[in-house]
Amino acid sequence: MNALTIAYAALFYLATAVLVVGVALKVRRYAGTPAPLKIPTTPAPTSTAGVALRLTREVVFFESLFKASKWTWVFGWLFHAALLLVLLRHLRYFQQPVWTPIVWVQAFGIYAGFAMVIGLAGLWARRRWVDRVRYISTPSDHLHLALLLAIGLTGLGMRFVAPTDIVAVKAFMLGLMRLDLQPLPADPLLLLHLALVALLMLIFPISKLMHAPGLFFSPTRNQRDNSREVRHLAAWASVYDKK
Amino acid sequence: MASAPFTTPKLGPYPVIPLLAVGAMAHSKPFVASPKIQEALGFPGELTEGWEQRAVGKMGELLGKYRSLQVYMDSCVHCGACSDKCHYFLGTGDPKNMPVARQDLMRGVYRRYFTFAGKHFPRLVGATDLTREVLDDWWSYYNQCSECRRCSVFCPYGIDTAEVTMAAREIMDSVGLGQKYANEIIGKVHRLGNNLGIPEPALADTLLGLEEDTREETGLDVRFPLDVEGAEVLLVTPSADFFSEPHVESLIGYAKVFHAAGI
Repeated sequence: MNALTIAYAALFYLATAVLVVGVALKVRRYAGTPAPLKIPTTPAPTSTAGVALRLTREVVFFESLFKASKWTWVFGWLFHAALLLVLLRHLRYFQQPVWTPIVWVQAFGIYAGFAMVIGLAGLWARRRWVDRVRYISTPSDHLHLALLLAIGLTGLGMRFVAPTDIVAVKAFMLGLMRLDLQPLPADPLLLLHLALVALLMLIFPISKLMHAPGLFFSPTRNQRDNSREVRHLAAWASVYDKK
Repeated sequence: MASAPFTTPKLGPYPVIPLLAVGAMAHSKPFVASPKIQEALGFPGELTEGWEQRAVGKMGELLGKYRSLQVYMDSCVHCGACSDKCHYFLGTGDPKNMPVARQDLMRGVYRRYFTFAGKHFPRLVGATDLTREVLDDWWSYYNQCSECRRCSVFCPYGIDTAEVTMAAREIMDSVGLGQKYANEIIGKVHRLGNNLGIPEPALADTLLGLEEDTREETGLDVRFPLDVEGAEVLLVTPSADFFSEPHVESLIGYAKVFHAAGI
């Protein structure tokens, strides 16, 4: 077993551990922190089913963003939807045999690769040329886009310019999952692609990427508008309720 | 009297989003509450040595008490959806009146003291130490938010600037920087039971006078009761009803309605 394979195996075990444990700790903190105020943004659903529907619309269609800014919505939604298809396409590297739906999604995943890059480019253009968005951008905002763009471009590069031995890549990934290391091809594009993906996993819990789980814990979106029907009281606030 | 020269922008069918005018509203800030006003509410009288640590400590406490604050500090991606939604931004063009930038005044401090990235790579993520300059920005811009929550309608994560503004004002109060208008009034409410600072005997006398006036006017025994235990109805009137014209006519009106209704 060569050093490169061992290094990348170690990197992916570490990245997976950081991603899973890091997000779990954050989510535990979100879930464990009380929400003393009833603050659903109106018009708000009054039932639990309504809340589920509202969150689904936010997650699937980015409803609030659509109301806010059509350009940001177009590029943002394009990027996220494409990323989903790309991720589904990549599931084939982790399954043997491959699930039928994942087989179906393969062709769409290729188009999605381009859509993802277009979406990211559009978002970056807004960050660069809309003065309000430029004002609020930090270096890390630009680097997030650069990272995702580089991941997309190296992926497309391997698909269309300099193919790698994907059978060997799949063997490596399955080997990782089965704790039976298989050699990783030493193609520069592949190594870059994988290193960037690992970096993305590593920074996920400590960056703004936490917006994904964060949405589900946002009181303005996940609360029912039932403050007239039910007395809403957090444990620490109930002390003030007694007199 | 000559009127002041106003330049009123023309309203078109679509709102015109202003270009950024950095610092346009930096001068706008409320009066600072005196030590006496502050201490009556149990807050420190003024900023003293070590306020930075105490403010960060208070922020940590609030992050553990309000899920909204904790989630909203982490979730913003700087997408800009809210950036043209605040009327204080639309009216002034001051970029720190964009909801995201207003939140970032606190988010920068949060990142610096509470996150891995901000502790180790502050420049990268826009993290900043809590300094007097930052506090001055808080004082100015967290007092330019009316907590209307319009931004939270448009935020893809529902981030509500009002939650951040409330936390910022609570932190500032807790280290001795309070707003005169609000805190003086709260002190009056605690001390005298009303926001205007009218002592109870004066209020009772005013109501008695109104009863007499109304009897003269109508010949009826219309009552203006105050603090009656076991009363059927509790009516809290707007404060101006007690002392100014023509508001007092409303107060007389309520009394007549209650009298006619037999309550």
